[in-house]
Amino acid sequence: MTVLVLLEHDRGELAEAARQALNAARPLAEELGVPVHGVLVGEDAAPLAQTAADFGAEVVHVATHELLSDYGPDAWAETTRQLGDALDADVVLSVGSDRGNEVMAHLAARSGLPFVANCSRIAPNLGPWSITRIQWGGSLLEDVTLAAPRKIVTIAHHAAAATPVHPDCRAVDLRLERFEPELDESVAVTMIRGRDGQRRGSTLSTAPVVIGGGRGVGSADGFSVLEELAELLQGRVGCSRAATNNGWRPHSDQVGQTGTRISPDVYIAAGISGAIQHWVGAMAAKKIVAINTDPDANMVAKADYAVIADLHEVLPAISEEIRRRRDA
Amino acid sequence: MSEFPTNAKVVVVGAGIVGNCLVGHLADLGWTDMVLIDKGPLPNPGGSTGHASNFIFPVDHNKEMALLGVQSANQYRHLGLSVDCGGIEVARTPQRWDELQRRMTSAKTWGVEAELLTAAEVAEHVPFVDTDVILGGFYCPSVSVVDSLEAGTVMRAKAVNAGAVDVFASTELLDIETIDTPHNGLSKVTAVVTDKGRVEAEYVVVACGVWSNRVANLAGATIPLVPAVHQMADVGPIDILAETNNEIGYPIVRDMDTFCYERQSAGSMEVGSYAHRPIFHHPDEIPSNDEAALTPTEMPFTPDDFDQQMEQAIELMDMLGDAEIKYAINGLLSLTPDAMPCLGETAEVLHLWSAAAVWVKEGPGMAQVVAEWMTYGYPRVIDPHGADIARFYDWERNDEHIWARCAEHFNKTYGIVHPAEQWVSRRELATSPYFSRQKAYQAEFFEARGWERPQWYNSNADLVERYDVPARGFGRRDTEWDDRWWSPVTIGEHLNLRQHCGLVDLSAFQIFELRGPGAVGFADFLAVNKIDKPVGSSTYTPWLTPDGGFRSDLTMMRTAIDTVRIVTGVFDGGRDAFWIRKHMPDDGSVSFTDRTADITTLGLWGPNAPQVLGELTDHDLSQSGFPHGAIREVEIRTAAGPVRATLFRISYVGDTGWEIYANWADGPALWDALFDAGESHGIRPTGGGVYGSSGRVEKGYRLMGAELESEYNPVEAGLARPKVKAADFIGKQAYLEAREVAPIAKMCTLTVEDQTDTQGRRRHPQGGNEPILTGDGQRIVDSHGRVSRVTSASPGPSVGKHLLMAYLPTELASVGTDLEVMYVNERFPVRVAAIEGSVFDPEDIRLKG
Amino acid sequence: MALRILCCVKRVPSPGSRINLTDDGTAVDATHLGFTTSPHEECAVEEAVVLAEHEGGTVTVLTLGPPESVEQLRYAASVGADELVLVATDGAPWDPQRTAAALAEAIKRLETDQETFDLILFGNESADSGGFQVGVRVANALQRPMVNGIKRIELNFDGDGPGSVSARRAVDDGFEVYELPLPAILGVKEGINLPRYPTMRGRLASKKLEISSWEGEAAPGGQALVRLRRPVEQTSTTTILGNSAAAAPAVVDLLEELGVFDR
Repeated sequence: MTVLVLLEHDRGELAEAARQALNAARPLAEELGVPVHGVLVGEDAAPLAQTAADFGAEVVHVATHELLSDYGPDAWAETTRQLGDALDADVVLSVGSDRGNEVMAHLAARSGLPFVANCSRIAPNLGPWSITRIQWGGSLLEDVTLAAPRKIVTIAHHAAAATPVHPDCRAVDLRLERFEPELDESVAVTMIRGRDGQRRGSTLSTAPVVIGGGRGVGSADGFSVLEELAELLQGRVGCSRAATNNGWRPHSDQVGQTGTRISPDVYIAAGISGAIQHWVGAMAAKKIVAINTDPDANMVAKADYAVIADLHEVLPAISEEIRRRRDA
Repeated sequence: MSEFPTNAKVVVVGAGIVGNCLVGHLADLGWTDMVLIDKGPLPNPGGSTGHASNFIFPVDHNKEMALLGVQSANQYRHLGLSVDCGGIEVARTPQRWDELQRRMTSAKTWGVEAELLTAAEVAEHVPFVDTDVILGGFYCPSVSVVDSLEAGTVMRAKAVNAGAVDVFASTELLDIETIDTPHNGLSKVTAVVTDKGRVEAEYVVVACGVWSNRVANLAGATIPLVPAVHQMADVGPIDILAETNNEIGYPIVRDMDTFCYERQSAGSMEVGSYAHRPIFHHPDEIPSNDEAALTPTEMPFTPDDFDQQMEQAIELMDMLGDAEIKYAINGLLSLTPDAMPCLGETAEVLHLWSAAAVWVKEGPGMAQVVAEWMTYGYPRVIDPHGADIARFYDWERNDEHIWARCAEHFNKTYGIVHPAEQWVSRRELATSPYFSRQKAYQAEFFEARGWERPQWYNSNADLVERYDVPARGFGRRDTEWDDRWWSPVTIGEHLNLRQHCGLVDLSAFQIFELRGPGAVGFADFLAVNKIDKPVGSSTYTPWLTPDGGFRSDLTMMRTAIDTVRIVTGVFDGGRDAFWIRKHMPDDGSVSFTDRTADITTLGLWGPNAPQVLGELTDHDLSQSGFPHGAIREVEIRTAAGPVRATLFRISYVGDTGWEIYANWADGPALWDALFDAGESHGIRPTGGGVYGSSGRVEKGYRLMGAELESEYNPVEAGLARPKVKAADFIGKQAYLEAREVAPIAKMCTLTVEDQTDTQGRRRHPQGGNEPILTGDGQRIVDSHGRVSRVTSASPGPSVGKHLLMAYLPTELASVGTDLEVMYVNERFPVRVAAIEGSVFDPEDIRLKG
Repeated sequence: MALRILCCVKRVPSPGSRINLTDDGTAVDATHLGFTTSPHEECAVEEAVVLAEHEGGTVTVLTLGPPESVEQLRYAASVGADELVLVATDGAPWDPQRTAAALAEAIKRLETDQETFDLILFGNESADSGGFQVGVRVANALQRPMVNGIKRIELNFDGDGPGSVSARRAVDDGFEVYELPLPAILGVKEGINLPRYPTMRGRLASKKLEISSWEGEAAPGGQALVRLRRPVEQTSTTTILGNSAAAAPAVVDLLEELGVFDR
């Protein structure tokens, strides 16, 4: 009788997701009156056990097997399944990260149990549990009931904090147990076979800074001031549909519903009115700076920051200011 | 941004092309203290302007649409937000090729450069057109592509910079407050309520595009339009287009027979369609800015509706087949039941103005119309009667009617529409007491704003032979187009009336009554001619605009000491009623009643009319005892007993007789009595083909909306009387001034001297604005810029000629001047036959003895 | 030997910035909305079509949903899919277990008539319900390997034809490489490619394609919808940094603060 938390880790580091998962598990376990157990899959994760304990794992199971040398959704899921059975876990929980959702899905499929992904609230009941989960990237909440002898769930990313049991970071006594699952080659098929760091350089969708231009840029040549700033910030130039349609930029630069969805740290939207079609592609930016001559432009209203002026004056001035500070 | 105001002179609702241009024009005209709001963000608040194809074809058969299209194109040019890319309407069928000849004719009328191209010549302009599927094209170099969003922004900014308007985007209108105005039975705007606050306002203008009716409803008014889908797909990239390095490098192609257009947009092609099934949405079904995936008026594309158009587009331009469909929408635009815009003060709520059902192509011009109307009391740039929102009767204002009529004409957006084309849907909305009798006579009904009026009676087919109509040159016509919506029976009816007599149903007359101590004085304030005459007098009179142009022409009768009856035509009833109510004194001294539904009218004319009527009444019907223009109350004997009627000795056809007014319920008995009495006098039911057309035109009688428009004054129309009454009236000052100078133009009747075209067929100009040309084929434009064009056309059976009416510059307006008329792109010789008079019985002997 | 690829796609609403719900709160109010293919799946179809174009093969697209899902199948055909299959539902949302069971049955049925699919592509998750599990469950039911989150796919050929697939998953510092023997299943993520738009000819051809269709049948799973809700909206305020180029230092201050300056 436990809440079993899958502790996500990669190459010797405990993932932020694991800390969040433990934070989410603690009140749930308390409500159920059961302990929080954590599982670290793979011998090389053993050194992470203390951290797991510090964040709330009353027992940390380190699953060891020669087929657990690296991440593999099948092997991780099968291991967790066997441990869950061994512990007669009430709940198996992780965070809705790529791996968290993947392993839980495999676990649920192998167990013949339901799996509720990306929960923001879990209310245990005697009968089916009441759970709220997110849909549409958080635009909607879905209330569901979950009827299952073992509840398999992930917590929506960032729905839980990542604070240790003792706010002063005092260590918690570690209770570590070894677990040896029974695995065969059939679960090792999906194992990571290698890694390459040869990711392409920043793309529009991954660039940390995007400078977008719209109708207000006025011409293909007008984008030179955007290029200049993008280069200084090692960002990328994007554009609105108006710019693409005017033939000023290729479609691959188009940010929006029919273009690329971006999620940079900063999006500087210059001369873009902010049609919804564009907004949908830009809304995931962490901060938006709008530069527009029209204070009523939609983009200005939706931005975090705005400069109400002509982009052809503002952007060169920003570039100049950056160069000035760097030279200084 | 300024603080949200609590009061304003004008609140304009809607910052699309119309609202923006309106505040710009109003600011130019000196208006200040305006507020412009829109529920969406700027510069594209999400209405139809934001997804418009933004091109202007300046040729239209309709005068308002054509001239305001040109006017709008010029305004965009003036702003520097326009490119003259040219445009070609291509024909795939012989019928369309004929229509393109008519386009050439209209281009000539409105002074728009145009030429017809062979298929090969089309390909020289647009190399990617498959010449095998087209017969040729109509090329118009001044077709332009405009930036309507930017134009709106510039117009708005102009007004903002002038300090004339404060602009509030993302501000939703919640209510329009009004107070009742008991003196005229209407109400008046007092304030608007928005989610940002309440603004007391003297005027409110609804420029809300597809949402306009819903917004007007808030005040208790209607703007009869429906949001309709126009499908559009953007396909590309296409190399040959991209290589132009231009937003638009090739002329726009209108594939008229498939109701589609292909318009380059940078590296891709926009294919737009008016061919799909009519798809309408109630305004409540349009998503909000938040709910919409794109903008509210870019609704989800329904590809099944577009497949056929794709096939046809590929037929015409094979390259389109392999281009990617990057963007496709069911774009919303506004349609009205008669395909004309809705401009002017609403007929229900004073100071609530409509500037709606206007597309980008005519937006700046239509905005100017409204701005001038608000400023001067009537537009100066053009007579707006076709677009005047007051034109609609009640039965034209409900959704059932709007949807049915819009569904009928949507596919005619690029259709070939005959000038006399009749509606199929929503017929028999208003019928006279004789409707069943007329059906028994096999009447061919023409519809007029819902009213059913017999154009001719097929039961009179025997008259064609009896009067030898074909031998006189008025038999069936050589071309199907000229013969469509026409019958030689109407000539038989005409000749029978001239020889015996005919009975015409005039029940569609709109009859109003002014009553009260101020009625006569108020009536005189409306009319040019004197109304304050003895009881029993009638006055035919123009009403003028404040600038002295024609506002209406009608008959006013003093039926009692404190009562004036007003009789006007069916096309102007709504407009005239509103004009009256709007100007009524607010002291309660005049009341207004619409008597149309109470009073039926019959016209009995012809040399035998006095004998026929004489059998039913003992009243003195002689010219001396009952002179032309007099009114008498009489009793008419019918099988159902005596019927009280008002006889008005007047004629619109040139033969003596009477308009007979009676209670609606007495109509059938009256009709039957007249036919019984008339049987031995050759009476025949006679249709509008005689009354409104051949009889009228032979006599040179002017018709409101045709010969009579606000651009012309009574002096030019030949309707000025020798003296001007002492009492004041609307437009008096301008009228007095016009009388002091020689008229610049004069209304003339012309005869077509040879109707034979180059293929040896006799042709019949329809009265659809065909240009009058000099002998060497040049357009004729007077010093006020007004073009000479055919305002009415009709056969003249009694004079043996096809007749035209047109204004000519005074120097050309003399009898015997030889000119030309262009019709279906051919020129025919015409001769001026009458000025101020008529070609038939110019001495009015048949009328007045 | 011709490659056989299957893509499983889902019809989802295409909403704006605000999603409305039906009165009973059990579904998205789609009155004003168009529908589309879930974006990851649109990329899956593109990837399948590209693979089939390069290696020679056919692409089958399968969907489970209301009869209107035919639109999404036709769309897939208009961008190059060869065969279309609809497993029809009554339109009510199916839970992930039920969906996966019906899809697995459908795939078995398709593989009875014809050969096994070398590769089955799912989207990483659906745009609407986002359950993150249907593909995995199908893989489990079919006893085939499955990896999610894939942004690159390469087929490896041995003597007889395609033998395995290398699949890359994007992580913070690069890619994880997986290698699965065929037949295999992958969950694809947007960004793997830029899906083409249909051409007019493609659209017209898609209308002529026959669609295999049957009613889906499967038992509900343990997760049941109660209702949907909209979260409390957060209103944003815009900080105006200036009205002229003189605002540049303020903008650069901001860039420094946000940590994107020192690059």
